[in-house]
Amino acid sequence: MISNFLGSLGRYFLKKLTALGRSSMMMASAVFARPDFRRHSVLLVNEIYFIGVQSVIIILVSGLFIGMVLGLQGFNILKDFMATGSLGTLVALAIIRELGPVVAALLYAGRAGSALTAEIGQLKASEQISAMEMMAVDPLHRIIAPRFWAGVISLPILSILFAVVGIYGGKFVGVDWLGLDDGIFWSAMQNSVDLAEDVVPMLIKSVVFAVVCTWIALFNGYDCRPTSAGISSATTATVVQSSLAVLGLDFVLTALMF
Amino acid sequence: MKYLKAEILVGIFVLAGIIAAVVLSLKVAGLVLNTSSDVYTLHAKFDNIGSLKLRAPVKIGGVLVGRVSGIRLDEKTMTPVVDMEIDASCNKLSNESKASIQTAGIIGEQYISLTPGFYDEDLGSEYLKDGDYFQDTGSALVLEDLIGKFLYSAGSGDAKAEGAEAK
Repeated sequence: MISNFLGSLGRYFLKKLTALGRSSMMMASAVFARPDFRRHSVLLVNEIYFIGVQSVIIILVSGLFIGMVLGLQGFNILKDFMATGSLGTLVALAIIRELGPVVAALLYAGRAGSALTAEIGQLKASEQISAMEMMAVDPLHRIIAPRFWAGVISLPILSILFAVVGIYGGKFVGVDWLGLDDGIFWSAMQNSVDLAEDVVPMLIKSVVFAVVCTWIALFNGYDCRPTSAGISSATTATVVQSSLAVLGLDFVLTALMF
Repeated sequence: MKYLKAEILVGIFVLAGIIAAVVLSLKVAGLVLNTSSDVYTLHAKFDNIGSLKLRAPVKIGGVLVGRVSGIRLDEKTMTPVVDMEIDASCNKLSNESKASIQTAGIIGEQYISLTPGFYDEDLGSEYLKDGDYFQDTGSALVLEDLIGKFLYSAGSGDAKAEGAEAK
């Protein structure tokens, strides 16, 4: 029984290890291939539209409401300490350092990552990837690479949009609704938020999240079982793995950078 | 023309991202673009700078006139030296002026407050120029020292009172 257990453990470990190896090889041959800008720019623009532009609405609405809720909760707590002047600092630092990149990446994984997995899984299930290989079109260049770069370009932009809308949401609640002074709100924020210490680490975080989320989504789609059940479980795996990876990496990056 | 709509929307998307990044750096992070153009540097030696930090504000009567640009230790005298970048428009500081480190509120950030001195040519006053030192400085009030002094004086006061009662 013990040998059975050890055997299954070993098989599980080997399975995960080979998956990691396959995904690394897939990414390497897709990303480090010689880019063909003339043909691929059209694909890239189309994928940025699919991944980035179509995620803008959910990002903006979530950012607005998260900023407003931060403004409301922060105001109620800071009021007890007669420190409502720090509300701008609180909202801006919370959103720029943590919530902006993390929540944008989680929404991205749910909105765009799952769609990527399902799309590529469907291509595989209907044997279109095999057909491409038969026509001597490299599916890694044609399908994986533009989607990867589109994700890496889109998510940082989405994070920045999220942060700006969130801060204006906090300003809307704090200044326009609860009556804080507009000047104090902004100047307290400007005194404490630093471009090199807060905004640049946010961009680094969101680029890392973009690479990881897109990688997970693409590999799960490319490696799924070519059946409808396989596509379904690959989509679930994408969302679960991306969310866990984002939250775990966020801790590591925060510990390294702040 | 097939991708026209997608191309326009992607263009708007990227443009919105760039505008948002500019808003983030100018409005939220308070980035000032012309920093080094029209400033001059003054120095001041303090006994104790408390928790003064780089980029701390320099104020005259509460009005922002500059920023702390450097904090170092004088090698000979082992006293802290603070470099301040003062706005060039604020160039009528006489050499009798005083620089002191003060705290905004009880637990607020520390800043440097300049008190302009009198200016009289007959007495040999001069305006401070780039690279000059303030002669008159006031160190930071360290809250722990103050509390320590207060407790000490309160304790000795009690002891006297007890001594008086005993008599």
